[in-house]
Order: sequence, then structure tokens, then C-alpha cells
Amino acid sequence: MSIKTTNISKLFGKTEALKNISFNVKENELFGIIGPDGAGKTTLFRILTTLLFADKGTASVANFDVVKEYIDIRNHVGYMPGKFSLYQDLTIEENLEFFATIFGTTVKENYDLIKDIYVQIEPFKKRRAGALSGGMKQKLALCCALIHKPKVLFLDEPTTGVDAVSRQEFWQMLKKLQKKGITILVSTPYMDEAELCDRIALIDKGEILNIDTPQNIINKFDKQIYNVSAKKTYKLLTDLKDYQHNYSVFPFGEFIHYIDKRKDFNKSDLYNYLEKKGNENIIITKTKASVEDAFMDLMKT
Amino acid sequence: MKTILFIIQKEFKQIFRNKAMLPIIFVLPIMQIVILSFAATFEVTNIELAYIDNDKSTYSRELISKFKASNYFTINGELSSAKQGFDAMQKGEIDVFIEIPSNFERQLIKEKEIALSIQIDAINGASAGVENAYINQIIQKFNAKIRAELMPVIPKSKGLKRLELTPSYWYNETLDYKTFMVPGIIVLLVTMVTFFLSGMNIVREKEIGTLEQINVTPIKKYQFIIGKLFPFWVLGIFILFFGMNIGRFLFEVPLLGNPFVILLFASIYILVFLGMGFLISNFTDTQQQAMFIAWFFVVIFILMSGLFTPIESMPSWAQKLTEFNPIRYFIEVIRMVMLKGSGFQDILPQLIKITVYAIVMNILAVVSYRKVS
Repeated sequence: MSIKTTNISKLFGKTEALKNISFNVKENELFGIIGPDGAGKTTLFRILTTLLFADKGTASVANFDVVKEYIDIRNHVGYMPGKFSLYQDLTIEENLEFFATIFGTTVKENYDLIKDIYVQIEPFKKRRAGALSGGMKQKLALCCALIHKPKVLFLDEPTTGVDAVSRQEFWQMLKKLQKKGITILVSTPYMDEAELCDRIALIDKGEILNIDTPQNIINKFDKQIYNVSAKKTYKLLTDLKDYQHNYSVFPFGEFIHYIDKRKDFNKSDLYNYLEKKGNENIIITKTKASVEDAFMDLMKT
Repeated sequence: MKTILFIIQKEFKQIFRNKAMLPIIFVLPIMQIVILSFAATFEVTNIELAYIDNDKSTYSRELISKFKASNYFTINGELSSAKQGFDAMQKGEIDVFIEIPSNFERQLIKEKEIALSIQIDAINGASAGVENAYINQIIQKFNAKIRAELMPVIPKSKGLKRLELTPSYWYNETLDYKTFMVPGIIVLLVTMVTFFLSGMNIVREKEIGTLEQINVTPIKKYQFIIGKLFPFWVLGIFILFFGMNIGRFLFEVPLLGNPFVILLFASIYILVFLGMGFLISNFTDTQQQAMFIAWFFVVIFILMSGLFTPIESMPSWAQKLTEFNPIRYFIEVIRMVMLKGSGFQDILPQLIKITVYAIVMNILAVVSYRKVS
């Protein structure tokens, strides 16, 4: 096991940030912690990277205990915090050298690991980190977290505030790193990214709701979802919520995802109801469930 | 060792890239030494003096002319009544007024004795005291002269037994305030630069989140602390050197002792404030908080350092408190070495105290620094 946590709990005053968190991450796995803001993702990361003590429970990373063997962990993990935290007044090159040195290594020694990422920012290596774009900062931070060839890589919301193209690129980079034998624990609030992980843990209000592969989570979701759209989306949303047979209604991209309570649900019943309410251009189609649907359903119960 | 050197190198890079830092290091010391040394003097000049001459005799005019001749006083004008004098003082137009009684000359000749009335604005107690001393000096001189005129020949045998005091001021013959102030101001500069910058520097890493990134690395506490603080130690020594040269060549402050004695003392003294700055930064989360706490201590230390008010004139409990004031020791030492030529042996008591202080501060700082919250 690369990461093993048993009943981790953390209190901040009276707020329970984490409640009995237990999960295992296998060697060389790309594991996602998926949850909304405030779910406790960062707290969990800080405990696993030895920056914070848990109140209860035990955890080990790369087979080292986070409390007793924290020094070993620091030698073997890379951590990229959610907030960009490199030296803005040092250049790309200087930041990288700095982190290599304090890890007791050199840029040259582990260059093959970061090469793919570093070549993209290398043309700007004399530029100060503060003057880089969001995507470049993120790549630099990843390089700095990888420079000592960690066994486990912790990425706390690495794609928050990054554009769609850069996000995609970033996930491709993670897949490549995984192939090089690094275990990756990544947290994200974006459900579409969840499907790129090997396994995911859905977390909300400090509790793990479910742990499984994204496919299993979707497969286990047995309710039929309908994509509903109409001319006026907001009116449609309120009308659907007023519909007596609705099980759940929430906006999903350009559509509204609708689930009915009844087994023998008939599209035309809903169509007629919506038309009577004065909606125009109504379209109702069946659709496949996604991780987000499963997550929304789990949060409901 | 390599790690420490690298952190030091990184710190220096950051210091010199910070646009606000360079003026603090170079311009601030020059400005402070030049401005403070000229401005912070205990001499009271331009005392606005008014008088009421009810006698209008030769003697009374002579007394007034003595004041006119003094460099300290500016004659504001003649008043007609004491009431006018109090009104003018209330408005802040005059600092002092003298009332000469109508029978001044006659009494002096007849009774050999006369009382003068002097009113001093004491809203600033310190300058009122100095003004009083100046006025007394002038009146004493006038008195001596009159005495000589009125009792010209006194046979030596029966002679008036008089004690005359001729003070000679050691280590600062001319009582030049700049000689006295400049060494103290150099101490303040060294203190402020090292204390504020070191304290704020570490909190700044907390603020921008880099401290967290550092904390997950296997770097050792001592490596980080030494690497962070050493550059400010160098800066402190540089400021000392810089300030002493300004003092020597711009203000011609003597340097009688061995400058290496000062250097030795300073190198330990700076450690006290680096430790203190580090300690503060361990208990604060923002630069603002750190700055306020640092200011709190610096203001108390400066006011109780003996730079502006002599420690001997403080109440005894306050004198005991100054034993815990590192600035006090450095000011004593720098004045002793520069003006008196004291050597290593003479400053040993201060050196021992400051060394203990430095050790305690740095132990506290290292113990309270935690990589885990």
C-alpha cells in the first residue's frame, strides 16, 4: 500500500473537518479525492504530508508513519499545495534549483522525470515566477514537487483556476508520471476529472461517501436520468422542482438532469406537464449517468 | 552546509530584487544619521524672551543687554505688564519673561540684594529646566560683575571666601551633542534593520505559502534558520560599518578605541535581535502583526536605552528594567569605545550579558519554530 489511512479525524474548534477517514491507495495508482469546497480535502492532504497532526487515527505514506517517521516521508513525497507557493521573486530556474538543493539533489540527476514538463516552460527559465501565466506556474510547481523523484505525489486541487486546455494537458502529464511508477493522490472539485482517475473517493463534509473506480460508481447508479431542456432554463428548473413525481433535479451543463420517482415513468407525462406550465421548445432525452450524478445522489442521502 | 549556503544565496538574491529593500538598506541609514544627529540635540536655542522693565535704569538695561547678547535667547519685545506676559505665554508667543522691579538699581546699591521675577513656560519640562539653567548663568555673571563694581576693593586678608568651580568635560570636551548622539543612532539603525527585516522576512514566507512548501522538505531546522538569518547578520554588520564611517567623516566623531571591539560586540548583539525577530515571526501569521509587535519592543527599548534620557535619572525600578534592554548595552559600549577608548576588558560585563541574552533568545526561537502545526 502506498497510502493507508485508518479512522483519521480532525477537529478545528467545534468543526469536524474530517470524520473517520479510512482508505488505501495502491502502489502506482492514480487516486482522486473528489468533493466540493470545504469537504476537508486540503486538511487530509496536510495530514498526509506531515504538516498537520490528526486528532485521531493513523496514517502511513510509502510505508512510513506520518507521525513517527515524518522525516522519511518528507524525503519521499512531493506536495503541490492548492495555492501557488513558490518564490515569485526568483526565476523558474532558480526555484527549481532551490528545491533540488534543499532535497539534497540536483536538477540534472532527476531531469528525465521532469523533462516532458520542463521543456514547455524552459524558454522562459529566466523569467521570475511571479510573471508567469497560471498554466506555467502550475507546470513549474509540478516540476518543483517532482525534482527529488518522490514515490508519492500529492496534488491539492492542481487544476483549480486553470483553463480547459491546460487542464487536459495537465491530466495527460499525470498519466505519464504514473507510468514512471509514481503513486499520485490528487484532489479536485471537478467531477469530469474524476473519470480520469483509477479510483476515486467521494468526500463531503469530512466524510467519505464512496470509494470505487469511476466506472463502478457509475454502473452502480441504477436510476435513469433524463436530459431536459427548454427555452427558458430557469423557469424549467423551477417547474421541474414543482413536479410531484420528481426524485431529483439539478442543472448539468446546458441541460437539466431529471430523475423520476416512478418505475413506469413516461416521457410524455412530463412533456405535457411542462407544456401546460408554458415552457417552449421542450426536449426530453435519456442519458447515461456520470460521476457527478452519482455524487449528487450520494450527497442527497 | 551546501544547503545553508544555497539558502543564503537565495536570500541575498531576494533581498536585492526587492525594490523596497534597497532604500531601506542604503538610504534609510544615511537619512537617519544625518537628520537625527542634527535634530536630536538637547540644546535649547531660540528661546523667545520678553521682559518688563519697571526700573528703566542703567543696571536693568545692562541686564537685558546680557540676554540680548546671548546666543540662546531671542528678544521678543518689552511688555508693559505681567498680565500681558501671561497672555503672550498662553498664546505660545514667548517661552520666558522677566520682570524687573521698579527699585531694581536702588535696592541693589543700597541693600546689595534684590529679587527678580522669572516666568518660564514649562509645557516641555526638559527644555524649561535647560532654560532656567541658561537664565541663572546669565544672572550669575551679571551678579558677579555688579558685585565687583559695588565692592571694588576688599583687602585680601578679609577677602570674600568664594569657591569657584571650573568644570572640564572629559571624553567630550566641548559637550558636542553630535559626538554624543551619533554612536547611539548607529546602534538604533543596526537594531532596527536587523530586527524588522528578519522578523518580517520569515512571516512573509508564511504569507505567500512558501514556508509550507519548505516544511514538507527534509530540510533541517538549523539549516533553515541559519540560512534565513545569516544574510541579515551581514546586513547589520554592513550598516554598522557604513554608519560608523558617516559618523567619522561627516560628523568627525572621534574613534579612540579599537573598532574591532565594537565589531565583536555587534556581531553578538545582532544575534539577539535576529533571534527576537525569529521568535516573533513564529507567533505571528502576517507581516502586519509581526511589525506591530516588533515596534512595541523597539519603542520601549529605545526610550529606555539611555540615548535620549539618561538611565541615571530614571526611577530605580525603571533602571532595573533597563538591565533587560540590549540596546542599552550596545549604546554604552559604542560610546565607551569611540569616545573613551575603552578596550575589551572594559566592555567585558556588557559582552557577557549580551551573550547570555543572545543564547536565550535563539534557544527560545529555535524551540518555538515548528515545521508541523
